[in-house]
Amino acid sequence: MTRKQKRGVLIGAGVATLAVAAILVMFALKDSIVFFHTPSDIAEKQIPAGQRIRLGGLVAKGSVERGEGTTVSFKVTDTLKEIPVKFTGVLPDLFREGQGVVAEGKLETTGNFTADSVLAKHDENYMPPEVKKSLEARGVKLGETAQHPDGVKKQ
Amino acid sequence: MIVEFGHFALILALLVAAVQTVVPLIGARARDVRLMNVAEPAALAQLALLSIAFLALMHAYVTSDFSVANVAANSHSTKPMLYKISGVWGNHEGSMLLWVLILALFGAAVAAFGNNLPATLKANVLAVQASIALAFLLFILMTSDPFARLIPAPADGRGLNPILQDPALAFHPPFLYTGYVGFSIAFSFAIAALIEGRIDAAWARWVRPWTLAAWMFLTIGIAMGSWWAYYELGWGGWWFWDPVENASFMPWLAGTALVHSALVMEKREALKVWTILLAILTFSLSLMGTFILRSGVLTSVHSFAVDPERGVFILGILVLFTGGGLAMFATRAKDMRTGGLFQPVSREGTLVLNNLLLVTSAATVLIGTLYPLILEATTGDKISVGPPFFNMTFGPLMLPLLLAMPFGPLLAWKRGDLAGVAQRLAFAIVAALVLGVAAYALFNRGPWLAPFGIALGCFVMLGALTEWATRVKLGAAGMDEVVRRAINLPRASYGTLLAHFGIGLMVVGIVGTTAYQEERILVMKPGETVTVGGYDATFKGATPGRGPNYREDIAAFDITRNGAAVTKLEPSKRIYDAPPQPTTESGILASWRGDLYIVIGDEQGGSGAYAVRAYFNPLVRFIWIGSLIMFIGGGLSLADRRLRVGAPVKSRRPQIIAAE
Repeated sequence: MTRKQKRGVLIGAGVATLAVAAILVMFALKDSIVFFHTPSDIAEKQIPAGQRIRLGGLVAKGSVERGEGTTVSFKVTDTLKEIPVKFTGVLPDLFREGQGVVAEGKLETTGNFTADSVLAKHDENYMPPEVKKSLEARGVKLGETAQHPDGVKKQ
Repeated sequence: MIVEFGHFALILALLVAAVQTVVPLIGARARDVRLMNVAEPAALAQLALLSIAFLALMHAYVTSDFSVANVAANSHSTKPMLYKISGVWGNHEGSMLLWVLILALFGAAVAAFGNNLPATLKANVLAVQASIALAFLLFILMTSDPFARLIPAPADGRGLNPILQDPALAFHPPFLYTGYVGFSIAFSFAIAALIEGRIDAAWARWVRPWTLAAWMFLTIGIAMGSWWAYYELGWGGWWFWDPVENASFMPWLAGTALVHSALVMEKREALKVWTILLAILTFSLSLMGTFILRSGVLTSVHSFAVDPERGVFILGILVLFTGGGLAMFATRAKDMRTGGLFQPVSREGTLVLNNLLLVTSAATVLIGTLYPLILEATTGDKISVGPPFFNMTFGPLMLPLLLAMPFGPLLAWKRGDLAGVAQRLAFAIVAALVLGVAAYALFNRGPWLAPFGIALGCFVMLGALTEWATRVKLGAAGMDEVVRRAINLPRASYGTLLAHFGIGLMVVGIVGTTAYQEERILVMKPGETVTVGGYDATFKGATPGRGPNYREDIAAFDITRNGAAVTKLEPSKRIYDAPPQPTTESGILASWRGDLYIVIGDEQGGSGAYAVRAYFNPLVRFIWIGSLIMFIGGGLSLADRRLRVGAPVKSRRPQIIAAE
């Protein structure tokens, strides 16, 4: 093989790999990204039913109800609008009323949301950044809910 | 007092790092031996000072000195001693201190063991290493001071996040950081080579052991994190393609490529410029990982409460070193004498293929990880990129890599004989296909691709064994000769064998548990039974219990298989005292066949019934056993290398006789 041919093989292999990867990435991005919305966004943007989305906000106080088996229903609020959510499964440890939550699933034609996963967080002071930003953009004050019951304030 | 001492040591370390950055660099330029010689004691002094700072913080944790803000925020007097110690790095400030300590450790190791390095190269390497330390020490002192006092001191601390109170996680960060930070040496060597404008095979021989050591620790660090997530989070999964996981996985992919390209450079003097670029990119990805981890810009299932201002500072460091490194590469690399080209079908050829696929896959992971950030910045849309993206992009790229893996070590350098190698691998190919068919018959369900995945993993394992068999002439020579050859085979060969074998085992585990996992979610009353993975689990009711710093509801399950009692599982739900946070403790019955994995949720309305999730995860142990084998392989290879690290002789290949 001449020097030129060797270089050709090398460059060809590189270009082919990158092309395959680029095509895969484009297809995967088209099919598998999930948009994040707050309850107000859903009302404003007319999100079609059946589209896979992430719904974020606070778990409305007093809204958590246990149904048949492991089905739980609760409402996600951004203090302006509420969306009823139904979830079958075991809720994460840090799921609590008044705390931030992100649920992934589909909007039904009835306006209810069926979640197949509810995101868990490692830290009870943690607020998912999308939820925090969206709520702050709508003028919702955060922080008090993250207060520790034992009264030691974060410095 | 000790705390102030630690703080002072930290400030001194900053000053030493500043001196170590500037003086040796000038010395190397002016060929002034006295100035260059500053680097060595400075690197050792930096290690000593940072050790003092680290031990001072540890002392504050061990003695529960709550007048230190960091201790008050992250520790508690009733916490078990192990977690008081691991609490030092279980928080942002302390973990950054560990980061620079490990950085200094690597720098000091080069200073202490790099006696055979050319003086200018050593001075430049240590100067670059110190500049990284300088940036991070500034970051710690300006934004994340671990020694800040809290006046008045609270009576007790807030406690360590309970899910971090776990033995595997206690040791996960030190291993992971040793891996991350270890790549800084490769970066420093690359920049030093660019400063000198000269690079040769000896350079690769010096860089490779450091890279290999970093790679080993990163491998085991990631595996530990995944193992912890598996049993502690109670989600039944072991990898979530989460930004924080990707943050450690990208440098691993690039680092794996680097270990292989340095091999080509060492043996064949080729891929020089590429190896330099790869060294810069690998450490840049480590910095990117630190940024993702510490800034919280990406929503992650692992995210902790973080301060965005710190993120900006680390982003600055990332831009400085990545941008600076790449700019230097762009201006200086063209002056370097490039290595020769080679035949596509050769060992070098397969190593190039390895690099191409690993780097491309790292790039796809990077795109998937950063795409939400880019999209939000440009369109304002908030999105998440989930596992389907990574499965679709990363998976297909791994396929040719795994297929080519057994061929690589069997092909000769310079010019390989593909048909001959295929012939040697015939047994491995046939046996792997048979095992794939067996898997299909055994499970008889799941995606049609799964048996091929199992076969592929088996092919990689059998391929690694085939290479060994070829080298020791198994079947071709008498038994005495085989044993003699097996003993005389360099440890590095055993290292390659184990690392490749480990990957194969891991692939089998990944495919097995992904394709054939069984899951049951239900509400169980005491006395009810659920069947999963061939086991019958009978719920015997839950009882309250009390641990050292938590109370818990312990659910008892009697496990039987085909009517015979196997064991009892006791998954529980804990509420910790400080901070008052619930955690899920899974009950796991491990076996070669797979894991029975049970977690409980909340009690359902005071009736004694609980939400229960029961999984059967086939072959899941192979994932971690595989990574442990890879770790051991890396260690063996390093043990071989240590014998040669002092002798970068080009033409001679010393015969290594393994010690008994």
